[in-house]
Amino acid sequence: MDATLTRRDLAKRAALLTTAFGFDLRPAAAAARELKIARTTQTHSVCPYCAVGCSVVIHTIGDRSKNVKPAVVHIEGDPESPVSRGTLCPKGASLKEFVNSDRRLTEPLYRAPGESAWRRISWDEALNKMARRIKDTRDRGFETHDAQGRLVNRLTNTVLIGGCTDTNEVNFLLSKFRFGLGILPYENQSRL
Amino acid sequence: MTTVAKLIDTTLCIGCKACEVACQEWNDQEFTLGTFDGTYQTMPDLAPNFWNLIKFNEFERDGQLSWLMSKYQCMHCADPGCLRACPAPGAIVQLKNGIVDFVHDNCIGCGYCITGCPFDVPRLSPVSKKVYKCSLCSDRTSVGMTPACIKTCPTSCLTFGARDELLRKAEIRAETLRADGDADAGIYNPEGVGGTNVIYVLREASAPQKYGLPKDPTIPWTLSLWKGPVKWLGSLVLAGGILGTFFHYIRFGPREYKDESDRPENPAV
Repeated sequence: MDATLTRRDLAKRAALLTTAFGFDLRPAAAAARELKIARTTQTHSVCPYCAVGCSVVIHTIGDRSKNVKPAVVHIEGDPESPVSRGTLCPKGASLKEFVNSDRRLTEPLYRAPGESAWRRISWDEALNKMARRIKDTRDRGFETHDAQGRLVNRLTNTVLIGGCTDTNEVNFLLSKFRFGLGILPYENQSRL
Repeated sequence: MTTVAKLIDTTLCIGCKACEVACQEWNDQEFTLGTFDGTYQTMPDLAPNFWNLIKFNEFERDGQLSWLMSKYQCMHCADPGCLRACPAPGAIVQLKNGIVDFVHDNCIGCGYCITGCPFDVPRLSPVSKKVYKCSLCSDRTSVGMTPACIKTCPTSCLTFGARDELLRKAEIRAETLRADGDADAGIYNPEGVGGTNVIYVLREASAPQKYGLPKDPTIPWTLSLWKGPVKWLGSLVLAGGILGTFFHYIRFGPREYKDESDRPENPAV
């Protein structure tokens, strides 16, 4: 070491060095506001409200570990959407509340005819009930021939309703389901 | 670093309030019930947890009710009155890109910034005893994202970018509006506060009061008085007092009594 180096010189040089390396504490204080989506998982989805079907990006914290419960911390528009190009209306902008609401339905509820209260049932029970009703309705209303005796194989007492958030794959399956049962009337959210 | 700005083209606003919601969501504001006062406005006024209010200023145009939309929020002045008034070091900072941000760790809740603001924007929270306002999403802009309100705006009434560029864009837009018959269209970028980083395009630029914007906002002159001359005069008087006492003691020393009867009696305990 240089023998003429005084304590004062050392302090000066140290300060210079740390500043050169960017160890200035002032910018650190200025950038104290942390970006809350800096380490989130991004999931692309579609807004469930109207029929425009704007795309959204859902920001979730939690790395999908066994002991980590993921939480949605932010939802904003997806710039890749040709429909909305990253923008959202006030309803779409509030989707985080929709996802995290304590009043959100996460399991099927059933209210039997004549009952006043809803009751929780399992998915299996719900699916069985729905299948039973669809089958019974179809058995009652299925027409093989019309009044002139022409073969029609149609079902007109059941309606199929689609929605804007259904993907192409879901719509393909819905169509298969519809034609499989012979359902004629169908409706979608964009006309409701 | 380039100075950033937000351009609000009030003629394009449809009053959907998506920016209000996006602001609340991004800043994780707690839900509070709005106040219904017979207008379409969410609230009558800004709040400590509500930093961005779309104002539906009602007026009559051709015998019909019409609205002059405005976005009531922090204007991010080039010469911020709040920053001048703030006595707590580091509580209000002006970032290099022009954003005026509050650092709540340093805020002492004195509320001087509220009186210093020519636009009446900061709001004191009765819970945390600190003052809150729009940060122009300094957390987002610092990593190159646009503020939440601007990203969500469906009509592109809000845009964000370099200030010079946006001013040019605003000028072009105002010119288009004037050519289309709105003779009074213009830009709101008041000089009294050194220009603002939130720039408006107004249809009636000669009367910004109609939009709830002050016509010639200035920082109160009393502010520069007590932050300037009064402050150092006060320090001078204080230092003079201490110095005077010291020299008086050196010159005359402690008071001496000739005998005990001269000494004032001890007051009753």
